[in-house]
Amino acid sequence: MDSHKVMTMKEAVSKFVHDGDTTYLAGFTHLIPFAAGHEIIRQGRKDLTLCRATPDIIYDQMIAAGCAKKIVFSYAGNPGVGSLRCFRRATEKGIPKPLEIEEYTHFGLSGRLFAGATNMPFLPLRTNLGSDLPAQNPNIRSVHNPYADEEVSVVPPLKPDVAVVHVQRCDASGNAHIWGIVGEQKDAAFAAKKVILSAEEIVSEDVIRSDPNRTLIPDFIVHAVVHEPWAAHPSYTQGYYDRDNEFYVQWDEITKEHETTLKYLDEWVYGVEDRAAYVKKLGPEKLAKLKPKPLMSVPVNYGSV
Amino acid sequence: MDAITQVTPSELMVTIAARELRDGESVLVGVGIPNLAANLAKRLHAPNLILIYESGTIGSNPSRMPLSIGDPCLVTGAKSVCSMYEQFAYYIQGGRIDVGFLGGAQIDKFGNINSTVIGSYKQPKVRLPGSGGACETASNVKKIIVITPHEKRRFIEKVDFVTSPGFLDGKAQWEKLKFQGGGPYAVITNLCTLKFDEVTGEMTLSALNPGVTVAQVQENTPWTLKVAEPLAQNPAPTEEELRVLRSLDPERIYLG
Repeated sequence: MDSHKVMTMKEAVSKFVHDGDTTYLAGFTHLIPFAAGHEIIRQGRKDLTLCRATPDIIYDQMIAAGCAKKIVFSYAGNPGVGSLRCFRRATEKGIPKPLEIEEYTHFGLSGRLFAGATNMPFLPLRTNLGSDLPAQNPNIRSVHNPYADEEVSVVPPLKPDVAVVHVQRCDASGNAHIWGIVGEQKDAAFAAKKVILSAEEIVSEDVIRSDPNRTLIPDFIVHAVVHEPWAAHPSYTQGYYDRDNEFYVQWDEITKEHETTLKYLDEWVYGVEDRAAYVKKLGPEKLAKLKPKPLMSVPVNYGSV
Repeated sequence: MDAITQVTPSELMVTIAARELRDGESVLVGVGIPNLAANLAKRLHAPNLILIYESGTIGSNPSRMPLSIGDPCLVTGAKSVCSMYEQFAYYIQGGRIDVGFLGGAQIDKFGNINSTVIGSYKQPKVRLPGSGGACETASNVKKIIVITPHEKRRFIEKVDFVTSPGFLDGKAQWEKLKFQGGGPYAVITNLCTLKFDEVTGEMTLSALNPGVTVAQVQENTPWTLKVAEPLAQNPAPTEEELRVLRSLDPERIYLG
């Protein structure tokens, strides 16, 4: 078993996330790698180009902490709540520093990852035409369809320097099982030059091999494996803990001012050493509230003669 | 009992939107009001409605109100779950969605929707979330339905920014771009239902809600609104519709 990849989040970020990197912290509302985001903030990374379809609270925090130079996104809202105030303060008022934006649609940005993951020169898509977005983003172009008389919108591949993906379980070398909303995790991992995996559980290779269809990410594209329970809080991990909707609503209040946001970061990011300390600080009552009732799938038969 | 005065604007809009959905259709649902409309239709006249959410859940059967597009309750008991890219590629671009709900801060005369910026893009008065999957939905889904309060700041002759194309400057221009989708189909407001002229693509008043006059609709629409002949009346929500709807959102998170 290839276990030299197993390390702490502190080690993984220190080794694989550098100032000026293009990062993709994956997860479409589900499995958002907050633990990695917080560690990147604690280590004071700066000038990052943050890519995510939905920046969500995690990039709002990293923007407020001054980690970002640029954001590449397709929906900058607080899902189910409203707007992302730190994102808006940075783009509208330059607080804490100016933030460049590069905007796509969801299909455009997930298509860019797919093109990056599969090493395509560009990807044609049936979207963007008729919209005002291409005029604001020179990366969204169009070509003439060589097979029919029509214009087709195209986007370039995205190949982040580093992707962070949180998963339910993986083995020590990084073969990862993911279920529930699988978002852009697989595409981000295959598109990126380096991959940091965090997992609720590290399991034996036998567990992974017992259900290979569930392995979305194979070990040979993974560089770091971090055992990090509750890494996705306040987002969720299907079957492990539910979304902390209370916190998503509170974030709107916390971020009313830059100073109130910094106060939050002082207490919950800089003020804790690692995710284990954060989880301890959340307290058993909160954790118990987020635990779902188990609902097991029916096993499948993988037998062969 | 005067059923109408006891109905909130949200209840009225949800009920009328639900009636637009047909049994067996595949519907791309958003959270909040569209989610209620789709789930109401599924429990009444359209038990075989296929609920699809942008987060990649197919045939969801939510046991409670989903609080975000990626709520885990949309996965529990779903028919299938796919990746984000697959959702847009196989389902939306694949032409497999019959009805899509869209929303925005502004909608114009030709059904173009703005959910990106108020003011200019570079110096916005208000920065909104952006497209998400709205632009590809507008471009590829057969029928687009918008549910919105009927206010002058939302209805605007020309949107500040086209996030999701409607009929652009009119149907002739729209046809040139050869969209796979059918374009805007209905706008459902607290006052009325608006549909789109088959030839020009212009928004047209098609049915009034109970107790509402044409003058009232015009007052809240900043351009001279075309009125369909004959003009229909939307029946008030029935007791059954209201009973089922209220059971879907018992805490009245979205019903007001």
